[in-house]
Amino acid sequence: MEIIVCVKQTFDSEEKIVMKDGSIAEDDVKYVMNPYDEYAVEEAIRQKEQHGGNVTVITVGPDRTESVLRTALAMGADQAVRIWDEQLADADEYVLSQVLAAAIRRNHFDLILAGYMAIDSGAGQGGPRLAEELDIAHAAAAVKLSIQGRQAVVERDAEGDVEVIEAALPLLVTAQQGLNEPRYPSLPGIMKAKRKPIERLNCSDLGIKPDQLANRTVVVEQMLPPARKAGQMLSGTVAEMAGELISKLKSEDKVI
Amino acid sequence: MKRRMLVFAEHKEGRLRSASLEALSLAVKLSSGAEVSVVIAGEWDDRLKSECCAELSSYGADRIYIADDPKLRWYAPDSWMRVMRKAHELSQAEAVIFAHTAIGKDLAPRFAARIGAGLISDCTKVESENGEWLFTRPIYAGKALQTKKVVQGPAIFTIRPNNFEIIKPAETKQADIVEMNVEFSSLRTIVKERLAKNADGVDLTEAKVIVAGGRGVKSADGFKPLQQLAEVLGGAVGASRGACDAGYCDYALQIGQTGKVVTPDLYIACGISGAIQHLAGMSASKVIVAINKDPQAPIFQVADYGIVGDLFEVVPELIKQIRNLTAE
Repeated sequence: MEIIVCVKQTFDSEEKIVMKDGSIAEDDVKYVMNPYDEYAVEEAIRQKEQHGGNVTVITVGPDRTESVLRTALAMGADQAVRIWDEQLADADEYVLSQVLAAAIRRNHFDLILAGYMAIDSGAGQGGPRLAEELDIAHAAAAVKLSIQGRQAVVERDAEGDVEVIEAALPLLVTAQQGLNEPRYPSLPGIMKAKRKPIERLNCSDLGIKPDQLANRTVVVEQMLPPARKAGQMLSGTVAEMAGELISKLKSEDKVI
Repeated sequence: MKRRMLVFAEHKEGRLRSASLEALSLAVKLSSGAEVSVVIAGEWDDRLKSECCAELSSYGADRIYIADDPKLRWYAPDSWMRVMRKAHELSQAEAVIFAHTAIGKDLAPRFAARIGAGLISDCTKVESENGEWLFTRPIYAGKALQTKKVVQGPAIFTIRPNNFEIIKPAETKQADIVEMNVEFSSLRTIVKERLAKNADGVDLTEAKVIVAGGRGVKSADGFKPLQQLAEVLGGAVGASRGACDAGYCDYALQIGQTGKVVTPDLYIACGISGAIQHLAGMSASKVIVAINKDPQAPIFQVADYGIVGDLFEVVPELIKQIRNLTAE
Protein backbone atom coordinates (compact mmCIF):
# COMPACT_ATOMS: atom_id res chain seq x y z
CA MET A 1 0.00 0.00 0.00
CA GLU A 2 1.36 3.42 -0.97
CA ILE A 3 0.68 5.84 1.88
CA ILE A 4 1.28 9.59 1.85
CA VAL A 5 1.27 11.67 5.04
CA CYS A 6 1.02 15.46 4.93
CA VAL A 7 2.74 17.12 7.87
CA LYS A 8 3.30 20.68 9.02
CA GLN A 9 5.75 22.24 11.40
CA THR A 10 4.12 24.44 14.05
CA PHE A 11 5.02 26.29 17.22
CA ASP A 12 4.96 24.11 20.33
CA SER A 13 1.54 24.51 21.97
CA GLU A 14 3.15 25.85 25.17
CA GLU A 15 4.70 28.79 23.25
CA LYS A 16 3.44 32.29 23.98
CA ILE A 17 2.89 34.52 20.98
CA VAL A 18 5.02 37.67 20.79
CA MET A 19 4.47 40.37 18.17
CA LYS A 20 7.41 42.06 16.47
CA ASP A 21 6.92 44.78 13.82
CA GLY A 22 3.34 43.73 13.19
CA SER A 23 4.04 40.05 12.72
CA ILE A 24 4.50 37.07 14.97
CA ALA A 25 8.07 36.75 16.24
CA GLU A 26 9.77 33.47 15.40
CA ASP A 27 12.99 34.02 17.38
CA ASP A 28 13.83 31.25 19.83
CA VAL A 29 10.52 29.55 19.24
CA LYS A 30 10.37 25.82 19.84
CA TYR A 31 9.06 24.10 16.70
CA VAL A 32 7.34 20.73 16.72
CA MET A 33 5.36 18.55 14.37
CA ASN A 34 1.72 19.69 14.44
CA PRO A 35 0.24 17.37 17.13
CA TYR A 36 -2.59 16.18 14.88
CA ASP A 37 -0.04 15.22 12.22
CA GLU A 38 1.73 12.96 14.72
CA TYR A 39 -1.40 10.82 14.84
CA ALA A 40 -1.40 10.75 11.03
CA VAL A 41 2.24 9.63 10.84
CA GLU A 42 1.68 6.97 13.52
CA GLU A 43 -1.38 5.65 11.71
CA ALA A 44 0.49 5.47 8.41
CA ILE A 45 3.23 3.39 10.02
CA ARG A 46 0.71 1.09 11.70
CA GLN A 47 -1.14 0.55 8.40
CA LYS A 48 2.16 -0.20 6.69
CA GLU A 49 3.12 -2.64 9.46
CA GLN A 50 -0.17 -4.41 8.89
CA HIS A 51 -0.47 -4.32 5.10
CA GLY A 52 3.07 -3.71 3.88
CA GLY A 53 3.96 -0.90 1.52
CA ASN A 54 5.65 2.42 1.65
CA VAL A 55 5.14 5.63 3.67
CA THR A 56 6.07 9.02 2.19
CA VAL A 57 5.85 12.15 4.34
CA ILE A 58 5.46 15.49 2.64
CA THR A 59 5.63 19.06 3.84
CA VAL A 60 5.69 22.57 2.43
CA GLY A 61 8.14 24.85 4.18
CA PRO A 62 11.62 26.36 4.45
CA ASP A 63 14.78 24.53 5.58
CA ARG A 64 13.87 24.50 9.28
CA THR A 65 10.80 22.34 8.54
CA GLU A 66 13.01 19.40 7.62
CA SER A 67 13.18 18.55 11.32
CA VAL A 68 9.57 17.31 11.23
CA LEU A 69 10.38 15.15 8.21
CA ARG A 70 13.34 13.66 10.11
CA THR A 71 11.06 12.98 13.08
CA ALA A 72 8.57 11.18 10.83
CA LEU A 73 11.38 9.20 9.19
CA ALA A 74 12.70 8.28 12.63
CA MET A 75 9.22 7.08 13.64
CA GLY A 76 9.27 4.74 10.64
CA ALA A 77 8.32 6.58 7.45
CA ASP A 78 10.39 5.51 4.42
CA GLN A 79 11.00 8.70 2.51
CA ALA A 80 10.19 12.39 2.57
CA VAL A 81 9.43 15.28 0.24
CA ARG A 82 9.88 18.95 1.07
CA ILE A 83 8.49 21.59 -1.24
CA TRP A 84 9.66 25.16 -0.96
CA ASP A 85 9.85 28.31 -2.97
CA GLU A 86 10.05 31.93 -1.80
CA GLN A 87 6.77 32.46 -3.66
CA LEU A 88 5.07 30.19 -1.13
CA ALA A 89 5.97 32.31 1.91
CA ASP A 90 2.48 33.86 2.10
CA ALA A 91 0.57 31.11 0.31
CA ASP A 92 -3.09 30.72 1.29
CA GLU A 93 -4.89 27.39 1.63
CA TYR A 94 -5.88 27.42 -2.05
CA VAL A 95 -2.28 27.74 -3.27
CA LEU A 96 -0.95 25.19 -0.76
CA SER A 97 -3.49 22.62 -1.89
CA GLN A 98 -2.48 23.17 -5.54
CA VAL A 99 1.16 22.56 -4.68
CA LEU A 100 0.53 19.50 -2.49
CA ALA A 101 -1.82 17.98 -5.06
CA ALA A 102 0.76 18.48 -7.83
CA ALA A 103 3.42 16.71 -5.78
CA ILE A 104 1.15 13.82 -4.79
CA ARG A 105 -0.27 13.30 -8.29
CA ARG A 106 3.17 12.36 -9.63
CA ASN A 107 2.97 8.84 -8.20
CA HIS A 108 0.42 6.16 -7.47
CA PHE A 109 -1.10 6.31 -3.96
CA ASP A 110 -3.72 4.36 -2.01
CA LEU A 111 -4.12 6.29 1.22
CA ILE A 112 -3.41 9.86 2.26
CA LEU A 113 -3.27 10.77 5.94
CA ALA A 114 -3.15 14.27 7.40
CA GLY A 115 -3.91 15.98 10.70
CA TYR A 116 -7.50 17.13 11.27
CA MET A 117 -6.19 20.68 11.60
CA ALA A 118 -3.01 22.57 12.35
CA ILE A 119 -2.79 24.22 15.75
CA ASP A 120 -1.38 27.45 14.27
CA SER A 121 -3.79 28.52 11.52
CA GLY A 122 -6.60 26.38 12.92
CA ALA A 123 -8.46 26.51 9.61
CA GLY A 124 -8.61 22.77 8.96
CA GLN A 125 -8.86 23.27 5.20
CA GLY A 126 -5.87 21.17 4.11
CA GLY A 127 -7.39 17.68 4.14
CA PRO A 128 -10.75 18.30 2.46
CA ARG A 129 -9.23 20.68 -0.10
CA LEU A 130 -6.53 18.21 -1.07
CA ALA A 131 -9.07 15.40 -1.45
CA GLU A 132 -11.13 17.60 -3.76
CA GLU A 133 -8.10 18.58 -5.85
CA LEU A 134 -7.19 14.91 -6.23
CA ASP A 135 -10.84 13.98 -6.83
CA ILE A 136 -10.90 11.31 -4.11
CA ALA A 137 -13.17 10.76 -1.12
CA HIS A 138 -12.21 11.88 2.36
CA ALA A 139 -13.21 11.11 5.93
CA ALA A 140 -12.37 13.74 8.56
CA ALA A 141 -11.56 13.51 12.27
CA ALA A 142 -10.91 9.77 12.30
CA VAL A 143 -10.62 8.04 15.68
CA LYS A 144 -10.27 4.55 14.13
CA LEU A 145 -9.20 3.28 10.73
CA SER A 146 -9.39 -0.31 9.49
CA ILE A 147 -8.55 -1.37 5.96
CA GLN A 148 -9.35 -4.68 4.32
CA GLY A 149 -8.39 -5.11 0.71
CA ARG A 150 -9.50 -1.92 -1.05
CA GLN A 151 -12.18 -1.10 1.52
CA ALA A 152 -11.71 1.23 4.48
CA VAL A 153 -13.92 1.61 7.53
CA VAL A 154 -13.43 4.88 9.39
CA GLU A 155 -14.87 5.76 12.76
CA ARG A 156 -14.99 9.53 12.98
CA ASP A 157 -15.70 12.04 15.69
CA ALA A 158 -18.86 13.95 14.79
CA GLU A 159 -19.28 16.56 17.52
CA GLY A 160 -18.82 14.00 20.26
CA ASP A 161 -20.78 11.23 18.55
CA VAL A 162 -19.07 8.52 16.52
CA GLU A 163 -19.94 7.99 12.87
CA VAL A 164 -18.97 4.81 11.04
CA ILE A 165 -18.07 5.45 7.40
CA GLU A 166 -17.23 3.06 4.58
CA ALA A 167 -15.25 4.10 1.56
CA ALA A 168 -13.06 2.49 -1.08
CA LEU A 169 -9.40 3.39 -1.54
CA PRO A 170 -7.93 5.75 -2.64
CA LEU A 171 -9.05 7.74 0.35
CA LEU A 172 -7.88 10.72 2.37
CA VAL A 173 -8.31 10.47 6.13
CA THR A 174 -7.66 13.24 8.65
CA ALA A 175 -6.56 12.24 12.13
CA GLN A 176 -8.35 13.30 15.30
CA GLN A 177 -7.01 12.89 18.83
CA GLY A 178 -7.62 9.39 20.09
CA LEU A 179 -6.80 7.71 16.74
CA ASN A 180 -3.69 6.17 18.29
CA GLU A 181 -0.83 6.85 20.66
CA PRO A 182 2.08 8.23 18.57
CA ARG A 183 5.38 6.45 19.25
CA TYR A 184 8.57 8.22 20.23
CA PRO A 185 11.34 7.76 17.69
CA SER A 186 13.82 5.11 18.92
CA LEU A 187 17.57 5.72 18.86
CA PRO A 188 18.12 3.21 16.00
CA GLY A 189 15.17 4.86 14.26
CA ILE A 190 16.84 8.26 14.56
CA MET A 191 20.12 6.85 13.20
CA LYS A 192 18.36 5.18 10.29
CA ALA A 193 16.39 8.34 9.49
CA LYS A 194 19.63 10.14 8.73
CA ARG A 195 20.17 7.88 5.73
CA LYS A 196 16.59 8.03 4.42
CA PRO A 197 16.05 10.21 1.35
CA ILE A 198 14.47 13.68 1.40
CA GLU A 199 13.44 14.94 -2.02
CA ARG A 200 13.46 18.75 -2.33
CA LEU A 201 11.19 20.36 -4.90
CA ASN A 202 10.18 23.85 -5.96
CA CYS A 203 7.16 25.12 -7.88
CA SER A 204 8.74 24.84 -11.30
CA ASP A 205 9.76 21.22 -10.61
CA LEU A 206 6.06 20.58 -10.08
CA GLY A 207 4.94 22.56 -13.13
CA ILE A 208 2.72 24.87 -11.08
CA LYS A 209 0.96 27.43 -13.28
CA PRO A 210 0.80 31.15 -12.36
CA ASP A 211 -2.95 31.03 -11.59
CA GLN A 212 -2.32 28.18 -9.16
CA LEU A 213 0.07 30.47 -7.29
CA ALA A 214 -2.42 33.34 -7.08
CA ASN A 215 -3.68 33.67 -3.51
CA ARG A 216 -7.46 33.89 -3.20
CA THR A 217 -7.21 35.38 0.29
CA VAL A 218 -4.52 37.45 2.01
CA VAL A 219 -3.65 38.40 5.57
CA VAL A 220 -4.10 42.12 6.19
CA GLU A 221 -2.99 42.33 9.78
CA GLN A 222 -1.98 40.19 12.76
CA MET A 223 -2.37 41.24 16.37
CA LEU A 224 -2.68 40.05 19.93
CA PRO A 225 -6.17 39.73 21.42
CA PRO A 226 -7.19 42.26 24.07
CA ALA A 227 -5.79 41.14 27.43
CA ARG A 228 -8.31 39.92 29.97
CA LYS A 229 -8.58 42.01 33.09
CA ALA A 230 -7.76 40.23 36.32
CA GLY A 231 -10.99 39.44 38.06
CA GLN A 232 -12.27 39.26 41.56
CA MET A 233 -11.38 36.63 44.14
CA LEU A 234 -14.39 35.68 46.23
CA SER A 235 -14.05 35.09 49.95
CA GLY A 236 -16.00 33.67 52.86
CA THR A 237 -17.41 30.21 53.53
CA VAL A 238 -18.16 27.88 50.63
CA ALA A 239 -21.86 28.73 50.90
CA GLU A 240 -21.14 32.47 50.94
CA MET A 241 -18.81 32.29 47.94
CA ALA A 242 -21.30 30.18 45.99
CA GLY A 243 -24.08 32.60 46.84
CA GLU A 244 -22.10 35.66 45.81
CA LEU A 245 -21.01 34.01 42.57
CA ILE A 246 -24.54 33.01 41.58
CA SER A 247 -25.93 36.43 42.34
CA LYS A 248 -23.22 38.15 40.26
CA LEU A 249 -23.61 35.76 37.33
CA LYS A 250 -27.34 36.27 37.45
CA SER A 251 -27.79 40.00 38.02
CA GLU A 252 -24.54 41.59 36.81
CA ASP A 253 -23.33 39.35 34.01
CA LYS A 254 -26.74 37.91 33.15
CA VAL A 255 -25.25 34.65 31.97
CA ILE A 256 -27.40 32.27 34.03
CA MET B 1 -22.34 47.08 -1.70
CA LYS B 2 -25.10 44.68 -2.64
CA ARG B 3 -24.06 41.06 -2.77
CA ARG B 4 -26.20 37.97 -3.29
CA MET B 5 -25.65 35.65 -0.34
CA LEU B 6 -26.02 31.93 0.17
CA VAL B 7 -26.15 30.46 3.67
CA PHE B 8 -25.56 26.79 4.34
CA ALA B 9 -27.97 25.87 7.16
CA GLU B 10 -27.95 22.85 9.43
CA HIS B 11 -30.52 21.25 11.64
CA LYS B 12 -30.29 18.73 14.41
CA GLU B 13 -33.27 16.47 15.00
CA GLY B 14 -35.41 18.84 12.98
CA ARG B 15 -34.39 22.00 14.83
CA LEU B 16 -32.33 24.66 13.10
CA ARG B 17 -28.98 25.12 14.78
CA SER B 18 -28.44 28.52 16.34
CA ALA B 19 -25.10 28.79 14.52
CA SER B 20 -27.07 28.63 11.25
CA LEU B 21 -29.38 31.43 12.37
CA GLU B 22 -26.29 33.45 13.30
CA ALA B 23 -24.99 32.88 9.75
CA LEU B 24 -28.35 33.88 8.27
CA SER B 25 -28.52 37.08 10.31
CA LEU B 26 -25.01 37.98 9.21
CA ALA B 27 -25.92 37.27 5.58
CA VAL B 28 -28.96 39.56 5.78
CA LYS B 29 -26.73 42.30 7.20
CA LEU B 30 -23.94 41.88 4.63
CA SER B 31 -26.27 41.53 1.63
CA SER B 32 -27.23 45.24 1.78
CA GLY B 33 -30.62 44.28 0.45
CA ALA B 34 -29.52 41.78 -2.21
CA GLU B 35 -31.13 38.37 -2.26
CA VAL B 36 -30.34 36.03 0.65
CA SER B 37 -30.71 32.33 -0.09
CA VAL B 38 -30.44 29.41 2.29
CA VAL B 39 -29.63 25.81 1.40
CA ILE B 40 -30.64 23.01 3.72
CA ALA B 41 -30.48 19.26 3.32
CA GLY B 42 -31.86 16.27 5.16
CA GLU B 43 -34.39 13.51 5.29
CA TRP B 44 -37.52 15.37 6.28
CA ASP B 45 -41.12 14.87 7.17
CA ASP B 46 -43.49 17.50 5.81
CA ARG B 47 -44.25 19.11 9.15
CA LEU B 48 -40.59 19.59 10.05
CA LYS B 49 -39.85 20.87 6.59
CA SER B 50 -42.52 23.55 6.74
CA GLU B 51 -41.58 24.55 10.30
CA CYS B 52 -37.96 24.88 9.30
CA CYS B 53 -38.80 26.96 6.23
CA ALA B 54 -41.11 29.20 8.26
CA GLU B 55 -38.34 29.82 10.76
CA LEU B 56 -35.77 30.59 8.06
CA SER B 57 -38.28 32.99 6.46
CA SER B 58 -38.80 34.76 9.75
CA TYR B 59 -35.06 35.39 10.01
CA GLY B 60 -34.90 37.01 6.60
CA ALA B 61 -34.34 34.28 4.00
CA ASP B 62 -35.62 35.30 0.54
CA ARG B 63 -35.26 31.85 -0.96
CA ILE B 64 -34.76 28.40 0.50
CA TYR B 65 -33.18 25.62 -1.52
CA ILE B 66 -34.13 22.36 0.07
CA ALA B 67 -32.93 18.85 -0.63
CA ASP B 68 -34.92 15.99 0.83
CA ASP B 69 -33.72 12.44 0.37
CA PRO B 70 -33.22 9.31 2.51
CA LYS B 71 -29.57 9.48 1.44
CA LEU B 72 -29.29 12.78 3.32
CA ARG B 73 -30.14 11.31 6.71
CA TRP B 74 -26.54 11.79 7.81
CA TYR B 75 -23.91 14.16 6.56
CA ALA B 76 -21.37 12.86 4.07
CA PRO B 77 -19.06 15.06 1.98
CA ASP B 78 -20.04 13.63 -1.43
CA SER B 79 -23.81 13.91 -1.10
CA TRP B 80 -23.76 17.31 0.61
CA MET B 81 -21.36 18.63 -1.99
CA ARG B 82 -23.87 17.87 -4.74
CA VAL B 83 -26.59 19.70 -2.80
CA MET B 84 -24.27 22.64 -2.22
CA ARG B 85 -23.14 22.85 -5.85
CA LYS B 86 -26.71 22.84 -7.12
CA ALA B 87 -27.87 25.52 -4.69
CA HIS B 88 -24.82 27.63 -5.52
CA GLU B 89 -25.53 27.40 -9.25
CA LEU B 90 -29.21 28.22 -8.83
CA SER B 91 -28.68 31.09 -6.39
CA GLN B 92 -25.86 32.74 -8.38
CA ALA B 93 -24.51 33.80 -4.99
CA GLU B 94 -21.48 36.07 -4.75
CA ALA B 95 -20.74 35.10 -1.15
CA VAL B 96 -21.33 31.92 0.82
CA ILE B 97 -21.47 31.52 4.61
CA PHE B 98 -21.16 28.31 6.62
CA ALA B 99 -21.12 27.94 10.39
CA HIS B 100 -17.79 26.57 11.60
CA THR B 101 -19.38 23.37 12.89
CA ALA B 102 -18.20 19.80 12.27
CA ILE B 103 -20.17 19.79 9.00
CA GLY B 104 -19.35 23.34 7.97
CA LYS B 105 -15.62 22.94 8.44
CA ASP B 106 -15.69 19.69 6.47
CA LEU B 107 -17.84 20.84 3.56
CA ALA B 108 -16.70 24.44 3.09
CA PRO B 109 -13.06 23.66 2.09
CA ARG B 110 -14.15 20.97 -0.39
CA PHE B 111 -16.74 23.29 -1.87
CA ALA B 112 -14.27 26.18 -2.12
CA ALA B 113 -11.72 23.87 -3.76
CA ARG B 114 -14.29 22.69 -6.31
CA ILE B 115 -14.99 26.20 -7.53
CA GLY B 116 -11.32 27.27 -7.29
CA ALA B 117 -12.05 29.76 -4.54
CA GLY B 118 -10.48 30.90 -1.30
CA LEU B 119 -12.05 30.26 2.08
CA ILE B 120 -11.68 32.20 5.31
CA SER B 121 -12.35 29.84 8.20
CA ASP B 122 -13.60 30.36 11.71
CA CYS B 123 -14.31 34.10 11.59
CA THR B 124 -15.29 35.88 14.79
CA LYS B 125 -15.92 39.29 13.23
CA VAL B 126 -16.76 40.60 9.75
CA GLU B 127 -16.52 44.30 9.02
CA SER B 128 -17.34 46.23 5.91
CA GLU B 129 -14.86 48.93 4.91
CA ASN B 130 -15.13 50.87 1.63
CA GLY B 131 -17.16 48.08 0.10
CA GLU B 132 -14.58 45.52 1.12
CA TRP B 133 -15.08 42.89 3.80
CA LEU B 134 -12.49 42.36 6.50
CA PHE B 135 -12.61 39.06 8.35
CA THR B 136 -11.11 38.64 11.81
CA ARG B 137 -10.20 35.15 12.94
CA PRO B 138 -8.24 33.66 15.82
CA ILE B 139 -4.94 31.91 15.10
CA TYR B 140 -2.88 29.80 17.49
CA ALA B 141 -6.24 28.91 19.05
CA GLY B 142 -6.81 32.53 20.06
CA LYS B 143 -3.34 33.44 21.30
CA ALA B 144 -3.33 35.88 18.36
CA LEU B 145 -5.80 37.25 15.81
CA GLN B 146 -5.52 37.95 12.12
CA THR B 147 -7.55 39.99 9.67
CA LYS B 148 -7.97 38.58 6.18
CA LYS B 149 -9.63 39.65 2.97
CA VAL B 150 -10.59 38.03 -0.31
CA VAL B 151 -8.51 39.18 -3.29
CA GLN B 152 -9.84 36.91 -6.02
CA GLY B 153 -13.12 35.10 -6.60
CA PRO B 154 -16.21 34.82 -4.38
CA ALA B 155 -16.15 35.39 -0.62
CA ILE B 156 -16.63 32.08 1.14
CA PHE B 157 -16.27 31.96 4.89
CA THR B 158 -17.20 30.02 8.00
CA ILE B 159 -18.21 31.74 11.22
CA ARG B 160 -17.51 30.55 14.72
CA PRO B 161 -20.68 29.69 16.66
CA ASN B 162 -21.68 32.06 19.51
CA ASN B 163 -19.90 35.09 18.02
CA PHE B 164 -22.56 36.72 15.84
CA GLU B 165 -25.93 38.07 16.89
CA ILE B 166 -29.18 36.47 15.82
CA ILE B 167 -31.45 39.26 14.60
CA LYS B 168 -35.09 38.77 13.75
CA PRO B 169 -36.20 41.31 11.13
CA ALA B 170 -39.28 43.35 12.07
CA GLU B 171 -41.23 42.27 9.00
CA THR B 172 -41.62 38.62 8.19
CA LYS B 173 -41.05 37.70 4.59
CA GLN B 174 -42.40 34.67 2.85
CA ALA B 175 -39.40 32.94 1.34
CA ASP B 176 -39.66 31.14 -2.01
CA ILE B 177 -39.13 27.47 -1.43
CA VAL B 178 -37.27 25.59 -4.12
CA GLU B 179 -37.24 21.80 -3.82
CA MET B 180 -34.11 20.61 -5.57
CA ASN B 181 -33.75 17.32 -7.37
CA VAL B 182 -30.25 16.11 -6.75
CA GLU B 183 -28.75 12.93 -8.18
CA PHE B 184 -27.20 10.71 -5.52
CA SER B 185 -25.87 7.77 -7.51
CA SER B 186 -22.31 6.45 -7.06
CA LEU B 187 -21.48 8.15 -3.76
CA ARG B 188 -17.99 7.32 -2.55
CA THR B 189 -18.55 7.59 1.19
CA ILE B 190 -21.38 5.83 2.99
CA VAL B 191 -22.32 6.45 6.61
CA LYS B 192 -23.16 3.04 8.06
CA GLU B 193 -24.24 4.18 11.49
CA ARG B 194 -24.03 6.92 14.03
CA LEU B 195 -23.30 5.96 17.61
CA ALA B 196 -24.48 8.58 20.08
CA LYS B 197 -21.90 9.17 22.76
CA ASN B 198 -22.82 12.75 23.36
CA ALA B 199 -25.85 11.89 25.48
CA ASP B 200 -26.98 15.37 26.53
CA GLY B 201 -26.85 16.58 22.93
CA VAL B 202 -25.30 19.97 23.74
CA ASP B 203 -22.35 20.51 21.43
CA LEU B 204 -19.35 22.08 23.14
CA THR B 205 -18.67 24.71 20.49
CA GLU B 206 -22.28 25.91 20.58
CA ALA B 207 -22.89 25.59 24.33
CA LYS B 208 -23.77 28.82 26.18
CA VAL B 209 -22.43 27.41 29.43
CA ILE B 210 -19.46 25.06 29.83
CA VAL B 211 -18.37 23.37 33.04
CA ALA B 212 -14.85 22.04 32.49
CA GLY B 213 -12.71 19.79 34.64
CA GLY B 214 -8.97 19.28 34.88
CA ARG B 215 -6.59 17.01 36.72
CA GLY B 216 -8.07 18.29 39.99
CA VAL B 217 -11.22 16.28 39.23
CA LYS B 218 -9.07 13.22 39.98
CA SER B 219 -11.16 10.49 38.30
CA ALA B 220 -13.89 9.74 35.77
CA ASP B 221 -16.32 9.61 38.71
CA GLY B 222 -15.13 13.03 39.79
CA PHE B 223 -16.79 14.44 36.63
CA LYS B 224 -20.26 13.53 37.94
CA PRO B 225 -20.81 16.71 39.99
CA LEU B 226 -19.56 18.72 36.97
CA GLN B 227 -22.13 16.99 34.78
CA GLN B 228 -24.85 17.83 37.30
CA LEU B 229 -23.79 21.47 37.39
CA ALA B 230 -23.78 21.58 33.58
CA GLU B 231 -27.23 20.04 33.61
CA VAL B 232 -28.79 22.58 36.00
CA LEU B 233 -27.26 25.38 33.90
CA GLY B 234 -28.31 23.85 30.57
CA GLY B 235 -24.69 23.57 29.49
CA ALA B 236 -22.09 21.07 28.39
CA VAL B 237 -19.11 19.44 30.07
CA GLY B 238 -15.57 20.00 28.82
CA ALA B 239 -12.12 18.99 30.00
CA SER B 240 -8.47 19.99 29.95
CA ARG B 241 -5.81 17.95 28.19
CA GLY B 242 -4.57 16.79 31.61
CA ALA B 243 -7.95 15.24 32.40
CA CYS B 244 -8.18 13.58 28.96
CA ASP B 245 -4.61 12.26 29.06
CA ALA B 246 -5.29 10.84 32.54
CA GLY B 247 -8.24 8.95 31.04
CA TYR B 248 -10.93 10.72 33.11
CA CYS B 249 -12.89 11.52 29.97
CA ASP B 250 -13.08 11.26 26.20
CA TYR B 251 -10.83 13.34 23.95
CA ALA B 252 -13.98 14.67 22.29
CA LEU B 253 -14.39 16.88 25.38
CA GLN B 254 -10.90 18.38 25.28
CA ILE B 255 -10.70 22.17 25.22
CA GLY B 256 -7.48 23.91 24.23
CA GLN B 257 -5.09 24.45 21.37
CA THR B 258 -5.28 20.73 20.73
CA GLY B 259 -8.97 20.01 21.11
CA LYS B 260 -11.80 22.48 20.80
CA VAL B 261 -11.73 26.24 21.01
CA VAL B 262 -14.85 27.50 22.76
CA THR B 263 -16.48 30.87 23.39
CA PRO B 264 -19.45 30.30 25.71
CA ASP B 265 -21.17 33.03 27.74
CA LEU B 266 -20.04 31.29 30.92
CA TYR B 267 -17.02 29.04 31.43
CA ILE B 268 -16.56 27.38 34.81
CA ALA B 269 -13.08 25.86 35.19
CA CYS B 270 -12.93 23.29 37.98
CA GLY B 271 -9.57 21.94 39.10
CA ILE B 272 -7.87 23.30 35.97
CA SER B 273 -4.50 24.93 36.58
CA GLY B 274 -4.51 26.87 33.29
CA ALA B 275 -1.68 25.70 31.01
CA ILE B 276 -1.07 28.08 28.09
CA GLN B 277 -2.49 25.62 25.61
CA HIS B 278 -5.73 25.32 27.63
CA LEU B 279 -6.09 29.08 28.12
CA ALA B 280 -5.82 29.49 24.35
CA GLY B 281 -8.94 27.41 23.91
CA MET B 282 -11.21 29.25 26.34
CA SER B 283 -9.90 32.76 27.04
CA ALA B 284 -12.41 34.36 24.68
CA SER B 285 -15.34 33.14 26.81
CA LYS B 286 -17.50 36.05 28.00
CA VAL B 287 -17.38 35.26 31.73
CA ILE B 288 -14.84 32.89 33.28
CA VAL B 289 -15.13 31.37 36.74
CA ALA B 290 -12.21 29.44 38.20
CA ILE B 291 -12.44 27.03 41.11
CA ASN B 292 -9.07 25.70 42.25
CA LYS B 293 -7.36 24.71 45.48
CA ASP B 294 -4.13 26.43 44.47
CA PRO B 295 -4.37 30.24 44.78
CA GLN B 296 -1.30 30.53 42.50
CA ALA B 297 -2.93 28.63 39.60
CA PRO B 298 -2.54 30.64 36.34
CA ILE B 299 -6.24 30.11 35.56
CA PHE B 300 -7.07 32.84 38.12
CA GLN B 301 -5.28 35.39 35.93
CA VAL B 302 -7.92 35.07 33.22
CA ALA B 303 -10.89 34.47 35.53
CA ASP B 304 -13.56 37.10 36.19
CA TYR B 305 -14.41 35.34 39.44
CA GLY B 306 -12.08 33.09 41.41
CA ILE B 307 -12.87 30.72 44.22
CA VAL B 308 -9.96 29.17 46.07
CA GLY B 309 -11.36 25.94 47.42
CA ASP B 310 -12.10 22.28 46.95
CA LEU B 311 -14.22 21.76 43.86
CA PHE B 312 -15.92 18.79 45.51
CA GLU B 313 -17.33 21.19 48.12
CA VAL B 314 -17.90 24.21 45.90
CA VAL B 315 -19.59 22.50 42.94
CA PRO B 316 -22.26 20.65 45.00
CA GLU B 317 -22.96 23.91 46.86
CA LEU B 318 -23.44 25.73 43.53
CA ILE B 319 -25.80 22.99 42.33
CA LYS B 320 -27.81 23.20 45.55
CA GLN B 321 -28.16 26.98 45.47
CA ILE B 322 -29.04 27.10 41.76
CA ARG B 323 -31.69 24.43 42.30
CA ASN B 324 -33.14 26.43 45.21
CA LEU B 325 -33.19 29.49 43.01
CA THR B 326 -35.04 27.80 40.18
CA ALA B 327 -37.46 26.20 42.66
CA GLU B 328 -38.46 29.64 43.98
